[in-house]
Amino acid sequence: MVGSETVPDGGVNHYLRYTWKKKLIMLGLLAMTAVLALYAISAGSAELTPWQVLLTLLGQTEGHSQIIIWSIRLPRVLSALVAGTGLAVAGAVMQNILRNPLASPTTIGIAQGAAFGAALAIIGWGAGSSSSTGGGAVLIINPYIVTISAFVGAMLSTMIIIFLAQYKGVSPESMVLAGFALGFFFSAGTMLLQYFTNDVNVAAIVFWTFGDIGRASWGELGIMSCVVFGSLLFFLFNRWNYNALDSGAETAKGLGVNVEKTRKWGMFFASLITATVVSFLGIMAFIGLVAPHLVKRLIGGDNRFLIPASGVVGALLLLAADTLARRIIAPVVLPVGAVTSFLGAPLFLYLLVRGSKLR
Amino acid sequence: MILSVKGIEFSYSSRTILDKVGFSVQKGEFLSILGNNGAGKSTLLKTLNKILLPKKGSILLDNQEVSELSRLAIALKMAYVSQHYESNRQTVFDAVLLGRKPHIKWEATATDLALVQGILIKTGLKEFALRYLDELSGGELQKVVIARALAQEPEVLLLDEPTSNLDLRNQIDVLRSILTAAKEKNIAVVAVMHDLNLALRFSDKFLLLQNTRVFAAGGSEVMTAENISQAYGVSVSVERVQNQMVVIPS
Repeated sequence: MVGSETVPDGGVNHYLRYTWKKKLIMLGLLAMTAVLALYAISAGSAELTPWQVLLTLLGQTEGHSQIIIWSIRLPRVLSALVAGTGLAVAGAVMQNILRNPLASPTTIGIAQGAAFGAALAIIGWGAGSSSSTGGGAVLIINPYIVTISAFVGAMLSTMIIIFLAQYKGVSPESMVLAGFALGFFFSAGTMLLQYFTNDVNVAAIVFWTFGDIGRASWGELGIMSCVVFGSLLFFLFNRWNYNALDSGAETAKGLGVNVEKTRKWGMFFASLITATVVSFLGIMAFIGLVAPHLVKRLIGGDNRFLIPASGVVGALLLLAADTLARRIIAPVVLPVGAVTSFLGAPLFLYLLVRGSKLR
Repeated sequence: MILSVKGIEFSYSSRTILDKVGFSVQKGEFLSILGNNGAGKSTLLKTLNKILLPKKGSILLDNQEVSELSRLAIALKMAYVSQHYESNRQTVFDAVLLGRKPHIKWEATATDLALVQGILIKTGLKEFALRYLDELSGGELQKVVIARALAQEPEVLLLDEPTSNLDLRNQIDVLRSILTAAKEKNIAVVAVMHDLNLALRFSDKFLLLQNTRVFAAGGSEVMTAENISQAYGVSVSVERVQNQMVVIPS
């Protein structure tokens, strides 16, 4: 946080100094994320020093540490960063186009659609059934079918919302309400499926919804990265449009923005990110809600900075949550979805009672 | 003629809002749209820049049919200040800079920033430049949205009740700065006005709407006690005070 300047003259120079502060804060956040990433790669049951990690990443070591880092720790850390970035920018854009501070990947029915799709696959195609011998851990036998089905469920939920807006002229405010309703609908569907299936399947479904960064390998990470960074590029391209939308739809139209198109495609890409991340990793609540709010308090609502900074903060938060989940009662790994909510809710409350400082 | 409107018809489902409305404005002119609530004033203003599409009629902006222009092409020539605007977590400088949006390709240039600074000085907003909009008063916010429209450097400026949130001093301040900018930059202003006396004081032309239709249009000669009484359904008298026409409900 940066305190007020002494003499605010309100001119161009003062404004440029103000935008520089925002860039510096973003750089600071990036540095924090890099440091945390280095720690996250080095920390684990096989302890490595950050120096070893750096050498390995640069291809200077061989053997034991190389295998641990390249095949286990690095994909996990990168997945947390990519998924966190994705969920946060999706949340920032959803809050903008739906004109609602409560909009986020997990609050407007998309994640619930994914959970329903996953449950259907686990039960319907027996993709999940049997349990392994070790401590009752649940195995999902065919993760690809579950992932695809979850993705379809998430996109179905999205398409219903976009359809309502496009062809029934439903307002952004009502889109949020429609999302809430869809969320409850899909949750009810999942509940019914769980009620009528055996306990192994119920366990598999519950396990799936927990959210687990460790599910992603290099292949999945590649797909997630393409979707997240492709969409991020689209969002950045539209940053002025989102700024205009912040001033109301009519004002935005007066400024030359094709409001309907901006909303439809923004919603589509935000949902695509959500669907991809959730169907690969499960549900991780609060990142998409809390990261944009945190950034708004820190550097204001200008989408030129809000969108990229939300991405960085989302990455930082999810990586912190995952690292905490791995380390706090190691070797037991807590479900990261529970950790994000557990930490996200108090953080959110703190933000609500505390104001902004940057000027 | 920078803006020429002919035979506009508009309706929400079966209810007619505008019926064969037409008028024209030249560069540097200030036209006030007047009439009772529900006469169709705001709707007329929104059809002018394609926020609403009229059922019939033609709107020529610089001899081009508005319905055939893209939103961006319209925004390059015509700015619009809505009656409803949202305050949010943007700074005043950013909010006014947004007026440059139609001109900005990828990022705001030094020219854009300098222009915004100039407008902030003229509209008396400079000291608020880095305040967030959600910390401003209603009057300050109104000045911000008008400053944004001026930053757009339009040829036509559409204003929907630009003084509705302002106290007496700010009403005069804001309208005076609009009028100055209009004369300086040769901008045509079309404003929906509620206050007849402010309209009389600042406009060159008047469009009196009554119940979806044009009741009278022209210069100050149409602002007679008889016309106003009939258009508003209230008997008034028009007097001259200090060489200024004023309307007094009787």
